[in-house]
Amino acid sequence: MSLKKLMATGLLLSTLGVSAHAQSLVYCSEGSPEGFDPALYTAGTTFDASSHPIYNRLSEFKVGTTETIPGLAESWEVSEDGKKITFNLRKGVKFHSNDQFTPTRDFNADDVIFSFDRQGNEENPYYTVSGGTWEYFNSMSMPELIESIEKVDDYTVVFNLTRPEAPIIANMAMDFASIQSKEYADAMMEAGTPEMLNQAPIGTGPFQFQAYQKDAVIRYLRNDEYWGDPAKVESLIFAITPDASVRYQKVQAGECHVMAYPNPADVQAMKDAEDIVVMEQEGLNVGYLAYNTKVAPFDNAKVRKALNMAIDKQAIIDVVFQGSGQIAKNPIPPTMWSYNDAIEDDNYDPEAAKAMLEAEGVSDLSLKIWAMPVQRPYNPNARRMAELMQEDFSKVGVNVEIVSYEWGEYLERSKAEDRDGAVLLGWTGDNGDPDNFLAVLLGCDAVGGSNRAQWCNEDFDKLIQEAKVLSSQDERAALYEQAQEIFKDQAPWATIAHSVVYMTMRPEVEGYVVHPLGGHIFNQVGLSQ
Amino acid sequence: MLNYILGRLLTFIPTFIGVTLISFSFIRALPGDPIQVMAGERGVSEARYAELAAQYGFDQPIYIQFWDYLTGVLQGDLGTSFVTKRPVWDEFFALFPATLELSFFAMLFAVLLGLPAGVIAAVNRGKLFDRALMSTALVGYSMPIFWWALLLIIVFSGNLQWTPVSGRIDLLYYFPNPTGFMIIDSLASGQKGAFASAVRHLVLPTIVLGTIPLAVIARQTRSAMLEVLGEDYIRTARAKGMSPGRINGIHALRNALIPVVTVIGLSVGTLLAGAILTETIFSWPGIGKWMVDSIFRRDYPVVQGGLLLIAVMVMIVNLTVDMLYGVINPKIRKR
Repeated sequence: MSLKKLMATGLLLSTLGVSAHAQSLVYCSEGSPEGFDPALYTAGTTFDASSHPIYNRLSEFKVGTTETIPGLAESWEVSEDGKKITFNLRKGVKFHSNDQFTPTRDFNADDVIFSFDRQGNEENPYYTVSGGTWEYFNSMSMPELIESIEKVDDYTVVFNLTRPEAPIIANMAMDFASIQSKEYADAMMEAGTPEMLNQAPIGTGPFQFQAYQKDAVIRYLRNDEYWGDPAKVESLIFAITPDASVRYQKVQAGECHVMAYPNPADVQAMKDAEDIVVMEQEGLNVGYLAYNTKVAPFDNAKVRKALNMAIDKQAIIDVVFQGSGQIAKNPIPPTMWSYNDAIEDDNYDPEAAKAMLEAEGVSDLSLKIWAMPVQRPYNPNARRMAELMQEDFSKVGVNVEIVSYEWGEYLERSKAEDRDGAVLLGWTGDNGDPDNFLAVLLGCDAVGGSNRAQWCNEDFDKLIQEAKVLSSQDERAALYEQAQEIFKDQAPWATIAHSVVYMTMRPEVEGYVVHPLGGHIFNQVGLSQ
Repeated sequence: MLNYILGRLLTFIPTFIGVTLISFSFIRALPGDPIQVMAGERGVSEARYAELAAQYGFDQPIYIQFWDYLTGVLQGDLGTSFVTKRPVWDEFFALFPATLELSFFAMLFAVLLGLPAGVIAAVNRGKLFDRALMSTALVGYSMPIFWWALLLIIVFSGNLQWTPVSGRIDLLYYFPNPTGFMIIDSLASGQKGAFASAVRHLVLPTIVLGTIPLAVIARQTRSAMLEVLGEDYIRTARAKGMSPGRINGIHALRNALIPVVTVIGLSVGTLLAGAILTETIFSWPGIGKWMVDSIFRRDYPVVQGGLLLIAVMVMIVNLTVDMLYGVINPKIRKR
């Protein structure tokens, strides 16, 4: 009898063990996070492990889109002049707890103020903690933009801006804007361990941090008190696996359910495999060749247009991207709102290009093409891409010399307004807002900086400046669509490609969505038995 | 003996300073600095650059930076990683046990197989076994680690499913790691199957990392044995009618061991270099991957600190090897 009982208990335990295991979602990630306080860092790997599972923001990106939806703020109002934004905060939101901390109150306005104040106010005791440089806060121009943040009451916060800025709502959904617990921060400061904010994170997100072993594994447990839709799995495990081939082997062997960044060369075999699911989507990026529009004859839009027609983009997609790319016709990617799909790309037509160059009186043209020394999603092999262009341009009588510099040098030198040659470069979006591409890369203010074409077109600039201060997304989209027409007509760049992002997973994974902003998000992902 | 060790320890000082200087200047000689690498396409304004440079101390003259670093090191402070913002020591101690565990088993594997293989080859010189072994050793020695590892994974983990693909233990097991050595911690955890899982995870990385040292040790043992087997005292022993096992196993092997031990000591350096690739492929959380990442990110404190600690380890291993000479051959001790 007792033996039977024992066996039954054992059976029960083992069943429990198995089901607990089955409810763990294992994600083979590509690397270790730099830490767990997203405001301190800029890498996607860090955001995957910190801001997405652990934290929330005032506004959130709807998974699978670049649209912003309410997060910890239930709603917001923008004042008439666009310079005052009032956020109405969600009530009853609980922070996580750990060995050293149990929250005594719900999320409120103090947490919002603390989360931003520490990034911009030198007086804040957390300003220097963990060597904070607050890169994203600074690079999104928050210090210049935010005049003050006021607490009206526990559940109302007002952001006073120095100028109207429509993209701020999208900025509030970015990783650096993740909301921290002020109570936890104060407790850790008092205990003399302020770095715990970064090492043992406390947030309001769907998963609670459990443990991290550098370069090996990160463990999370479901937050059962989550204010939104609860996570579908009981625990989430990141198995850190730097090598892409090994990640694939692990998916095949059932050691993980989902993997990031497959080798482009393996994608076809994965698609052919029966028990493997491959999802794909264009990345939120663009790779381009920027002419120097201040130097003759490239100051002539027709010359630039002719050169664009000489580039065989399909060959580039096939050879350089090995299929993991899509031809770009606009400066913003197709997953972004306001993408103007009516625009027609310059067709590949070397004969017509040659004729156009002749008509403009351009002959014996020489051009330097700058090839980046690093690999990027929007350009996996710039050298190879430059060689293909060299070949294409030679067919229309343009002689190309390829140059390259060390990455830091490259970025610095390519900013020069008198730069000799066209630059291969690209951009990955931060907040899903078209302003983040069009103003940053093509605005008049950015000439001599991130506007590598040194292109300042009054009509284009007027449209994007106007769009920046409107709060209606539809009205903004209309202006951006017009701006893309001017861009295409003036051709400051040859738009080359948007990368295609692949996700590889096992068939039992349910509800995974490829996120256009690049993150890997598991809140809504479940496992079928 | 004590004087000898003290003398050797004194020679550590110039080496130590040399390594510090070299690691400090080499990483700075690489083009690009951590701020530029971090900023990437996004760029960084001049004012912001100056602010960050001041924070990292780059605005100081280079000799002051070096002096600050050196005085820090002498007080046991290796600095803080630019990237993770955590002390270099903490990171090192969190990762080093994994490297040590893997290197230990790889070396054990190499010695346990390499020594007997070398002896047998020498005794059967010119015969089939000798030739087969020596050509295998040559292949092993020239094997690209990356390729070898993937091949083993595809065959043993993918097709045959005998071993796990990568990692240190099955993710089902979750227990604290007080020592950092998975073999010990899994036993101490008392969780059923944890130890077996840790062992199974060790098999492939051990073979991969141990392959090159195995080949080197087998070849070195063979040639050292051949030399000793030609000595007069071996002939005398044979003439006395001593059994071949005793001659080869005790008299010859002991005298052949000096060059072999030297090679084993030198292999530790190679092992650490090989660990970089092995750890990357097998997702083994050791210091190899940590160092490579830090070079790409221009994380100066980690590169400097990591190189210094590795150099110190190699120095300690070499000292140990020198002391072993005395144990193996008393003549060296007396000199």
